[in-house]
Amino acid sequence: MAIKVLIPTPLQKFTEDRAEIECSGDTIDAMIDSLEVSCPGIKARICDDEGKLRRFLNVYVNSEDIRFLDGQATSLADGDEVSIVPAVAGG
Amino acid sequence: MTGVLDTRRTATESPDHQHAHPADGHHSHSGHFTHLKCKECGAEYEATAMHVCELCFGPLEVKYDYEAIARNVSREKIAAGPNSIWRYKDFLPVGSDPIDVGTGMTPLLKANRLARRLGLKSLYIKNDAVNMPTLSFKDRVVSVALTRARELGFTTVSCASTGNLANSTAAIAAHAGLECCVFIPADLESGKVLGTLIYNPTVMAVRGNYDQVNRLCSEVANSYGWGFVNINLRPYYSEGSKTLGFEVAEQLGWQLPDHIVAPLASGSLFTKIHKGFQELIATGLVESKPVKCSGAQAEGCNPIATAFKEERDFIAPVKPNTIAKSIAIGNPADGIYAVEQARKTGGHIETATDEEIVEGIKLLAETEGIFTETAGGTTIAVLKKLVEAGKINPDETTVVYITGNGLKTQEAVQSHAGQPLEIDPKLDSFERAWDRARTLDRLEWQQVLV
Repeated sequence: MAIKVLIPTPLQKFTEDRAEIECSGDTIDAMIDSLEVSCPGIKARICDDEGKLRRFLNVYVNSEDIRFLDGQATSLADGDEVSIVPAVAGG
Repeated sequence: MTGVLDTRRTATESPDHQHAHPADGHHSHSGHFTHLKCKECGAEYEATAMHVCELCFGPLEVKYDYEAIARNVSREKIAAGPNSIWRYKDFLPVGSDPIDVGTGMTPLLKANRLARRLGLKSLYIKNDAVNMPTLSFKDRVVSVALTRARELGFTTVSCASTGNLANSTAAIAAHAGLECCVFIPADLESGKVLGTLIYNPTVMAVRGNYDQVNRLCSEVANSYGWGFVNINLRPYYSEGSKTLGFEVAEQLGWQLPDHIVAPLASGSLFTKIHKGFQELIATGLVESKPVKCSGAQAEGCNPIATAFKEERDFIAPVKPNTIAKSIAIGNPADGIYAVEQARKTGGHIETATDEEIVEGIKLLAETEGIFTETAGGTTIAVLKKLVEAGKINPDETTVVYITGNGLKTQEAVQSHAGQPLEIDPKLDSFERAWDRARTLDRLEWQQVLV
């Protein structure tokens, strides 16, 4: 199962400067584990010690914030696009 | 990636609060700012174009050498400075000649009629509805961000905007001769769209809400070498709001107010006003005193108010549905800091319905002659609620921040302001109309043929 993950600039040092990574996983949690296998070290930046996504990081599945879905248990399907976006100030 | 400035820098991996100047040696500007520091974990970075911590994604904040500022500033020097935010340049993160478009030093109006109506004794309106050049507080933050953008070598500037920021970025970029491309939600009020287009930037009207515009811009910022005022320039940009604190203190005769009420969108303005007060205390320009900070949100977009009321330490995002589009940020980046500040200072965070927002706009207009936009209507409505709930002491010196102009959001009040009385150019026609006007509610005029 292929999931496209969009990587923000501060994390691209773990992806050899690539802004897009393909990985697998049927939930966000599984996707993060898969990402960690191909890009070692990235999970510790995305998640805290308990595996919870850091509070200033927003994760979207096909443009929907996962906090409106099932959070880290949100299920993923083949071809889904996940974007990881740091919080932005207002406008 | 094309033309990307190298914005990535190595963090001080072990956040060591004792070593506050990692950027020493790279400090090649003439300002008093020293570096960026993560508000969450304390990691430190050079003062480049970056906005989040590489270690924990916390927001980065500009740090200063306050001893140097204290040596350089005085009330007299500030008073003799430009009649704009740049009289406080010592406190702002720029090192070059600033882009000065006359932003700031807006009136602090003693609002006696509104105060009487609400039962307060000492109420002031900080009126950024007349801030220059684009009639909102955004001109403050953009003046700072674009000055810094120029210093960092950007030639194209951009923003994700609910309207006011796009107006301001486009106007000040035009003045500074910078290329400009702005992103707005496609459903913005027409006044805000026209008020951007006129400066001839490239305008992207995104089919989505502000949070989706933000997300897109974060992705664009990743791959284009542009200075996004509220993304990669955010640490500098947000510092501009401190001037709303500085000016109020100076205009009150170098004193701090007892209580402030300000609108909450991302939460940045609210926290920076307070930071401004703290910096004046730290540099000896005002006497220390507690200032209660209360915030206003629309009920249709209330993630910060909800976190405050439920005593949570995280913000659950919402999908906005309110006429107050300029503060309709469902996923506010500085929301949690706004909650902490309201709690810590003994302030409150309250909400207003769309109906109350319109009433707030009318109340301010009718009592003080200020036509504000929906964000200001929200703030006035919340002020009224806080007074009614006994949460603002009538004897306190209270300052309300009005941050935008009503001429930009005419749709919000169009059907609530009545119509003119149309008459013939004859005295008897006027007299008949005048008699009717004395007896009819203004909203009934439109149904009456005089």
